[in-house]
Amino acid sequence: MGSLFRSEEVCLAQLFLQSASAYSCISELGERGLLEFRDLNPKVSPFQRRFVGEVRRCEEMEKTFTFLQQELRAAGRLPAPCPESPRAPAAREALRVQEQSEQLAQELREVSRSRSSLRDRLRDLRQHLHAPLGSPPRPRALSEREPILDPSLHHHLDRKINFVAGVIHPWRVTAFERLLWRACRGYLVASFVEMPEPMEDPATGESITWVIFLISYWGEQIGQKIRKISNCFHCQVYGYPESEASRTEAITRLHGQIQELSVTLEETEKYLAEVLDKVAQVLPTWRVQVQKMKAIYLVLNQCSFDVTKKCLIAEVWCPVRDLTQVQDALRQGSVSGSCFVQRVPTTESPPTLIRTNKFTAGFQSIVDAYGVASYQEVNPAPYAIITFPFIFAIMFGDVGHGLLMFLFALWMVLYEDSPRLRQGTNEIWLTFFEGRYLILLMGAFSIYTGFIYNECFSKATAIFPSAWSVATMANHSSWSSAYLATHPSLTLDPNVTGVFQGPYPFGIDPIWSLATNHLNFLNSFKMKMSVVLGIVHMGFGVMLGVFNHVHFQQRHRLVLEFLPEMIFLLALFGYLVFLIFYKWIKFSAADSRVAPSILIHFIDMFLFTSNAENLPLYPGQVPVQMVLVVLALASVPVLLLGTPLYQWCRQRAPRTVRPRPLAAGEQEPLLEGQEAGNSVNATTEDVESGGHSPDHDFAEIFMHQAIHTIEYCLGCVSNTASYLRLWALSLAHAQLSEVLWSMVMRNGFVGLSYVGGVVLVPVFAAFAVLTVAILLVMEGLSAFLHALRLHWVEFQNKFYVGAGYKLCPFAFAPDTWE
Amino acid sequence: MVSLLCCGPKMAACGLVLSAWGVVMLVLLGIFFNVHSAVLIEDVPFTEEDFKGGPERIYRLYEQVSYNCFIAAGLYALLGGFSLFQSRLNKRKEYMVR
Repeated sequence: MGSLFRSEEVCLAQLFLQSASAYSCISELGERGLLEFRDLNPKVSPFQRRFVGEVRRCEEMEKTFTFLQQELRAAGRLPAPCPESPRAPAAREALRVQEQSEQLAQELREVSRSRSSLRDRLRDLRQHLHAPLGSPPRPRALSEREPILDPSLHHHLDRKINFVAGVIHPWRVTAFERLLWRACRGYLVASFVEMPEPMEDPATGESITWVIFLISYWGEQIGQKIRKISNCFHCQVYGYPESEASRTEAITRLHGQIQELSVTLEETEKYLAEVLDKVAQVLPTWRVQVQKMKAIYLVLNQCSFDVTKKCLIAEVWCPVRDLTQVQDALRQGSVSGSCFVQRVPTTESPPTLIRTNKFTAGFQSIVDAYGVASYQEVNPAPYAIITFPFIFAIMFGDVGHGLLMFLFALWMVLYEDSPRLRQGTNEIWLTFFEGRYLILLMGAFSIYTGFIYNECFSKATAIFPSAWSVATMANHSSWSSAYLATHPSLTLDPNVTGVFQGPYPFGIDPIWSLATNHLNFLNSFKMKMSVVLGIVHMGFGVMLGVFNHVHFQQRHRLVLEFLPEMIFLLALFGYLVFLIFYKWIKFSAADSRVAPSILIHFIDMFLFTSNAENLPLYPGQVPVQMVLVVLALASVPVLLLGTPLYQWCRQRAPRTVRPRPLAAGEQEPLLEGQEAGNSVNATTEDVESGGHSPDHDFAEIFMHQAIHTIEYCLGCVSNTASYLRLWALSLAHAQLSEVLWSMVMRNGFVGLSYVGGVVLVPVFAAFAVLTVAILLVMEGLSAFLHALRLHWVEFQNKFYVGAGYKLCPFAFAPDTWE
Repeated sequence: MVSLLCCGPKMAACGLVLSAWGVVMLVLLGIFFNVHSAVLIEDVPFTEEDFKGGPERIYRLYEQVSYNCFIAAGLYALLGGFSLFQSRLNKRKEYMVR
């Protein structure tokens, strides 16, 4: 295991790939997802790289796939996600995929086009059928015109009557009528009838009840005017056969045409469905394949081509543990086993790789959110698994709320494999889901601290009998009714025998929830608890620095940095913790009137004064405190000057170590490091022994150490005070919870008749909703944030640098489209 | 026939959770009120009169409040049953649409 403790060893390696087998080797490596490739051609534009043609081909195929996807979606189908992920295709297969996809796209386009044209024609025919021929036109009630003239009567009249029939949008009817009347000055008779059934509007696609109009007129000029006006109003105009016989003939003819067209349309639709089926079947596999192909070519573009050896060279960051696996992959991918991997030395700082499982991933991500660990630095995540939920729980302690949070997280954890939960798209939900193990632990720890604070939805639970006896006090003080009537608040004096029977077995005594000085007691307890926890947490952080000093071969820092830091912290604040515990143990209710104040002692310790009214806690307190303060102050210059002076002395000592020549066959990395102070002309020897002027270095080191010292010493004071937020937030949570109970839930108990039971139902619903919204969500997020801050700032600035970058291995990401 | 489905899947789930919580918490509260727990004294609607003549009157008040809690728990059980019924209908509807 060991990987969670500090990041893994990562080395720089070079892969030598024969041109023929480069593609399959990279495909193998991508399937395993082990290496991070470095770009060896940073100055080459994307259009000038070696494999730009292939990449372009992949992008064209992707365009075709997008078109196919859109067609599928328009037809209302969803392509199934690819069940198992296919490997990247070889060149021949890729060609086949390209041809087939283009062919399918072409077919789809043609079929769609013919279908839409058939549809248009069908609609036209239907309109024509209905329009003048479908039903005999009946005049509209609003129309003041005479009923239309019977065409068979026109023989009897001198003039020739002509007819125009058509279909118009119902909204345009009044305007059309008015314009006709004005333009043609009454030389026409028009009638409008609604179509019996609605039909689709070609422009908008909604179904509208069209209006059929039939205009009878005489005179050519009028006819032309009418036609022009109809054109302007975008109506379809049809000829109107004059005799009954020709009308029926036209109707039958139209019916026949419509029938044929419908049959053809049906065939077309069937064919279209078949094509879409075929597409839906093969599209997911193709997409994944082409995605992988494109990724491989992008990686190949990053390799450099060695002309002498006629092979591609790739530079990779590889975890040392996986080197054999990489060799295996190369052997599998290459035809003749001619590809191999070789490690190269480097002065650059490798990326950080920490392998996590689904449980530790959440904790690692909250540590990484602040800063990814530097290479091989000690990782704070494994400790955060316990300390983070614990510090959250200190601020959140309530059995009821903790239980709700725990159950919610338990539901998420038990159903974590369900696709419905995993494929949620809501970002906020995904954030909660990713942190389900975090929330699970936070809820569990909150139940524990809830029992310690003895709070369950702001009510104390008397699991064990209370240690305070009111009866004894009443008997001792012989409280009479008159006394009780005039004194609303009574004191239980623990000095009276039998009133206080010893500490409560677990947590805080439930009688405190009935006491008026509840907060006085609780505040003192919680503040001291916060300070103690803070100093323990920070001391632990300083001790973690030891692992860093030992690992990076900087043992001088153990004596010159770790020791003064510990002495400063423990002499001042460790002593404070000691005072707190000593007072808790040594002083009891009997001495409560003369008990010394720790705060005043602590202040006097720094000012070297003493207060006559403040009794000492133990004999010899003043000299002990003086010694401690002197010790602490003495450690500051050691911290300030120790490491810089040591490094300065080491530089002035004559150099006895010669630069190590490169071993035979070893290569230098092709990409020069980008670290500050690493010029292109500097060789490895220069960098190893620090070829810059010593004065410049010393000033920087001294400055850095001064900043570190000031930050540490002032930080000790301010960070200790910062931990008091543990007290503040737990107080806020308790008060909010109590207010919610007394202002919401208590109203449900007011009704004494049985109607009260019914009133309690909505009151409880309101209480539940407000509990979730205010106490769980708002307070939970708040406590989460503060616990996070305490970890990121107060804990981690004692040992953590966090200036690294993550190893992003080249792997084929699961299909993330849509 | 009028559709019996009036809640969506999410509302039915919320109703179910709320009812389950309500039943558990109100039953426990009812028990604690019935046992005359001292911690809950502030929630009992007493008046000055109730403190005369021994604790019997306060105890009767406690018990009255506990019966109210049990009634509310019963109503929440009904609500829970209704929510369960709605979520079953929703599931059935989901299968039938396919």
